[in-house]
Amino acid sequence: MKKILVYGISALALCFTAPYAIAAKAKKIKIGFVTTLSGGAGVIGKDMRQSVEIALDHLGKKMGGIPVEVLFEDDQVKPEVGKQKTEKLLNKDKVDFLSGFIWSHVLLASRNSAVKSGKFLIVSNAGTSKIAGRLCHKNIFSTSWQNDQVPMALGEVLNKRGVKSLYIVAPNYAAGRDMVAGVERTFKGKVLGKDLTKWPTQLDFSAELAKARAANPEGVFIFYPGRATNAFFRQYAQAGMTKTPLYSVFSVDSLSLPKLQQAKLQNVLGTYSTQFWSPDLDTPVNKKFVEDYRTKFNAYPSHYGAQSYDSIMMIADAVKAVGGDLSKMDAMRDQMRKASYPSVRGDFSYGNNHFPIQDFYLREVIKDSNGNWTTKIVQKVYENHQDVYAKKCKMKKSW
Amino acid sequence: MFDPNLLFEQFFNGLQLGLLLFLLAAGLTLVFGIMDMMNLAHGSLYMLGAYVAAQITLWTGSFVLGVAVSLPVILLLGVCLEAGLLRPLYARGHLDQVLATFGMILFFNEFVRLVWGPEGIEVPLPDFLKGNIVIFDIPLPNYRLVVIGVGLIVALMMYLLVTRTRTGMLIRAGASNRDMVQALGIDINRVFTLVFGIGAALAALAGALAGPILAVTIGMGENILIQVLVVIVIGGIGSIRGAFVGAMLIGIIDILGRSFLDTFFKLFLPVNAAETAGPAVASMLIYILMAAVLFFKPQGLFPAKTG
Repeated sequence: MKKILVYGISALALCFTAPYAIAAKAKKIKIGFVTTLSGGAGVIGKDMRQSVEIALDHLGKKMGGIPVEVLFEDDQVKPEVGKQKTEKLLNKDKVDFLSGFIWSHVLLASRNSAVKSGKFLIVSNAGTSKIAGRLCHKNIFSTSWQNDQVPMALGEVLNKRGVKSLYIVAPNYAAGRDMVAGVERTFKGKVLGKDLTKWPTQLDFSAELAKARAANPEGVFIFYPGRATNAFFRQYAQAGMTKTPLYSVFSVDSLSLPKLQQAKLQNVLGTYSTQFWSPDLDTPVNKKFVEDYRTKFNAYPSHYGAQSYDSIMMIADAVKAVGGDLSKMDAMRDQMRKASYPSVRGDFSYGNNHFPIQDFYLREVIKDSNGNWTTKIVQKVYENHQDVYAKKCKMKKSW
Repeated sequence: MFDPNLLFEQFFNGLQLGLLLFLLAAGLTLVFGIMDMMNLAHGSLYMLGAYVAAQITLWTGSFVLGVAVSLPVILLLGVCLEAGLLRPLYARGHLDQVLATFGMILFFNEFVRLVWGPEGIEVPLPDFLKGNIVIFDIPLPNYRLVVIGVGLIVALMMYLLVTRTRTGMLIRAGASNRDMVQALGIDINRVFTLVFGIGAALAALAGALAGPILAVTIGMGENILIQVLVVIVIGGIGSIRGAFVGAMLIGIIDILGRSFLDTFFKLFLPVNAAETAGPAVASMLIYILMAAVLFFKPQGLFPAKTG
């Protein structure tokens, strides 16, 4: 009888204490990663996924001693699909963190579901002005940049290089117009002309190139991501415009360069673009990341990949700081705000809107020692640059 | 401000775009006109033509060979598709045809993804096609000149085929009154297969030629198909002449709209408004033209149907 009583009491005691024990340390950490895996933009998702793999390799697939699993979902570049997948990750898979998001419109559609869940959302690419400004949130962090910063840096480059006149060609959609606004904000010379083309269907730029040549500018600025990059560079050469320097943002990267090289578009070599990162960025973390990525996948990672690597590292750092107790949201947030994790970009800090305050570089396209085309940092353009939308964000910097 | 050289160059660009559209529209308008068949998968044949040409070019290093091989391959594919898949659909309504051919688009897109991957492929051009020729101070790209040349030759050949040969007579007769042709004892099915095969080969030619200018990617066919549909609606369904005129109109108006509309708007609008309205209206221009043509000539400019 006494024995039974002892058992009963211990069983009861276990019942009460066990849930606390579990809450204090999660058994497994689940990260939901929304990206694009199908269609032409699937190459971006592939690069991000491979970079996440490298991050997990470096972490030994554990965060603060707890095994970690990353679930990838395909948003098909569609806002409604992205939102659906975000909700599926939150409600069905019960993920502890959300990350990924390439596209601004997909991010904006999914934002509210993420915020309502009370989980952290670490954005690995999309740099929309809204999330940086009015729609900033205490649980949303970015490991990339705000859209405008990159073209603004390019505008500064043009000033420094003494470029007096510019012709602008960009696609006519939200990000395209942001890029144009960004470069116009800092460029002090004269903008001779500006063409906004139909996106994403228009891939013939004959009319725009003829106008650009007739305007006779000292430089041409473009923003053409994805398959449009090749079409533009090819037609630029065919139109006999190679004597006019071509400056680009988010167009020439590790994903487009192998294809540009395959098409033998020599005019890409020597062109300039700006970015916060480059495969040759000289930080210990980046060296290790790029080297291991190249060994494993036999290609250069892109900035999409670098940002994804950072997202995983940032989560790992926060989890470690609370000893795996994921209920300590405030403590994890404080840790994230410190930006103390080993980032590919080296030291940086977070602004009040949880977007990085970081350096931006001018990059040139070169041939590496094996003859592969890649980008090389020429100079630093901005030091500790903060985006202009931070002041529209109501959060106050208290760290 | 106004530059006659620029205007000339833009006409040149419009001509090139128009001829590319014509290559696609010629086949599609005949399939629509003669077989009364909604073939949305025409764009898929264009895409496959581009992929086959690009692949052969990468293997052999010869772009000309790539184009030359791509045509018969897609022609054969077109004939098989017609005989195997589309023939049972002729008797059914347009909705069934749209559903079936839309399914084919999905199938071919996934097929291409499986074979070539999602990235698309690049076609390196031979050196003699890379540069440009300077005429009146205007550097005209060699490759676009070649596209114009090929387009004009094909247009001429189509014209001769349709107006000067017995086959052409059957094609015209089929487009204008199919039942009567059948009643006269002609095996219309053979004409159908032939027309579909020619259409497929022309689509492949368009795709192979467009590859080095645009990009060889999944879904490239759907983008251009919409413009091609506008062309055949303007030209009149079933009419080769209509397809040619329609394609030229669309090509030139699209290019001129893109080049001069914002300058034109700046004459009477504030700069900011003109910069927003210019590209927006330019991208709608061909649809506005289509609406206008349909208002005055509901059958298109050169209607082929009489019965």
